[in-house]
Amino acid sequence: MDTKRTTFQNRWLPYVLLAPQLAITLIFFIWPAGQAVKSSFEREDPFGFSTVFVGFTHYARLMQDPAYLDSFIRTAVFAVAVTVVSMALGLLFAVAVDRLMWSARLYTTLLVWPYAVAPVVAGVLWFFLFNSTTGIIPYYLSFFGVRWDHTLNGMHAMILIIIAAAWKQISYNFLFFLAGLQSVPNTLMEAAAIDGSGPVKRFFDISLPLLSPTTFFLFIVNVNYTMFDTFSIIDATTEGGPAQSTNILVYKVYQDGYLGLNLGSSSAQSVLLMLIVIVLTVVQFRFVERRVQY
Amino acid sequence: MFKKLSMAAFAVALSATSSLAATEVTWWHAMGGELGKKLEEVAQKFNESQSDYKVVPVYKGSYPETLTAAIAAFRANQQPAIVQVFEVGTGTMMAAKGAVYPVYKLMADQGESFDPKSFLAPVTGYYSDTEGNILSLPFNSSTPIMYYNKDVFKKAGLDPEVAPKTWKEVEEFSKKIVSSGAAKCGFTSAWITWIQTENLSALHDKPFGTLENGFGGFDTKFEFNGPLQVKHWANLKKWQDEGLFKYGGPVGGDQAATMFYSQECAITMNSSAGRAGVINNAKDFTPGFAPLPYYEDEISEPKNSIIGGATLWVLNGKDDATYKGVSKFFAYLSKPEVQADWHQATGYLPITNAAYELGRSQGYYEKNPGSDVSIKQIMRGTPTPNSKGVRFGNFAQVRTVVDEEFQALLAGKKDAKQALDSAVKRGDELLREFQAAN
Repeated sequence: MDTKRTTFQNRWLPYVLLAPQLAITLIFFIWPAGQAVKSSFEREDPFGFSTVFVGFTHYARLMQDPAYLDSFIRTAVFAVAVTVVSMALGLLFAVAVDRLMWSARLYTTLLVWPYAVAPVVAGVLWFFLFNSTTGIIPYYLSFFGVRWDHTLNGMHAMILIIIAAAWKQISYNFLFFLAGLQSVPNTLMEAAAIDGSGPVKRFFDISLPLLSPTTFFLFIVNVNYTMFDTFSIIDATTEGGPAQSTNILVYKVYQDGYLGLNLGSSSAQSVLLMLIVIVLTVVQFRFVERRVQY
Repeated sequence: MFKKLSMAAFAVALSATSSLAATEVTWWHAMGGELGKKLEEVAQKFNESQSDYKVVPVYKGSYPETLTAAIAAFRANQQPAIVQVFEVGTGTMMAAKGAVYPVYKLMADQGESFDPKSFLAPVTGYYSDTEGNILSLPFNSSTPIMYYNKDVFKKAGLDPEVAPKTWKEVEEFSKKIVSSGAAKCGFTSAWITWIQTENLSALHDKPFGTLENGFGGFDTKFEFNGPLQVKHWANLKKWQDEGLFKYGGPVGGDQAATMFYSQECAITMNSSAGRAGVINNAKDFTPGFAPLPYYEDEISEPKNSIIGGATLWVLNGKDDATYKGVSKFFAYLSKPEVQADWHQATGYLPITNAAYELGRSQGYYEKNPGSDVSIKQIMRGTPTPNSKGVRFGNFAQVRTVVDEEFQALLAGKKDAKQALDSAVKRGDELLREFQAAN
């Protein structure tokens, strides 16, 4: 990367060129983030008439709140499950499509479609499929003796949002894995084939190791996705329930701040989330960015 | 927040482009679907009745969304003149003295006549301050009632004209209904918090919280983990296990209506404002209407039920012309014929005595049997401090807590006593937080 350095003749030109982007970042990211940090140290009534500085009270309370710590664990379970499911299926489909000759393009197009579905629509879709009174899936499950009820059974609710969130993300993982697979040098595969190794062995010994940068990159992206972009899926299906069993961190910020009007605690929670994103991003830049092949 | 701000900007842009002659009065509301259409019709008729003011209703989503939008808009100085706030938000609005222009004061300032006595007593009681002044205009108040399926009753060998009066009868009837195969479940309920906890307490004259259910100040504590509430929750769990009761979901319990319409459950308990929906959706059966059941060994004559629904709050920071328009509009809304029309179309209570009288003289209640169940239930007896209503800060969150504990009970993670104790404990923490912030 260092070889591509460009030098500007004018000292100010680079700053001018950067200015619009910097302005956008300042106004839409840094400023609200600063506001969040500020109000995380304050106690305020919803209308903003009285504001009292309370230091780390909100943070201390969160750390002692079993509901918040539970939410942490649930978020981890949710993020890992969605990531594993969506990456495994994405990879499976990518391998399948990679082996196709003339219909690969068609399958690729079809497999990418779910990604175009808005999260809230995806949520509603799965909500109807799984609706315990009218949905088709509970109807079939009842033949196996399963009484599906995600309004009361926390496990069912968690499975529902994992499926809805993973379903959407499979397309994304599929595309990256397919691109990764297509960049595996043919010569390696042919040499292995001549040596007598079958498709399964070739996949595990050659493709998969070569895909590892892509896999790592996708892992980080998927964890980020599940932690922060699945809000609307949850809002459309379980609303964090039953009994908080699907109340992940992002949804809790919304519930406490937006519905509960507890701005201080909600801000403190967003600041903590911000720290998590920062850590994930640092990991991504440090270890992934340099090695991943797009 | 950005969405809200852009919505506010959009609303401002809208109002800037329309006619300049009439003073615009923005009205944010939370009535979707059929109710929203009726509400817009009310505004439309007011606009046609005079030419100086134009009321512009804007649908802002659910009740909590509307309240949050109004607060965000107020902080950005883009607030509407009128906002519809649900009863759960009453505590929040009353605490926000600087943001609210009390209705009694507005009407006095603008020289409009406004008599608190003209309203139904339980309604005014809920929305007055400690001195008896009405702070927000009652608009759509409802109270929970029981709906039942007469055809299923017949199939089960029950008299379709006799609804269960007590919980004991609800249990007996449900057993008959389920064992005869007339329906898969006996009864369901919307709003577990509002109906099976708050109203349950009021009906049996048991306190929900200290200081007259929170009417007396912020330094209040919850008390809804008494023997009655524990008994009722334990029964609901027992009835669920026996297949007599089916849970309709948290908050409003939307599934309850679905299960009733699809004839899966023979009985449901829901807001009186659900009446229009029941009539529209009960295509294949005849619905019956009845008061909420009670425990006859706890109280021989149940008290009045308490109300839900919403009122209209006026926000500070508008000019005098706008407030003049608001007062004219409120006077219009309080007219008996406007009130009666709204009440009869939606199933909400007739807010004023005059509107109720008008309906009676029109013969509306004879022509529509069951339409006055809610009114009679709310007007019976003399309200006690326990049946006047409930008023607590952070109450939206408290209801979430109660819902969560009820789910834990039904899932078998806690028994009724543990669930209610935990709900009270968590609820008290929310009350202390509210007290500290206000």
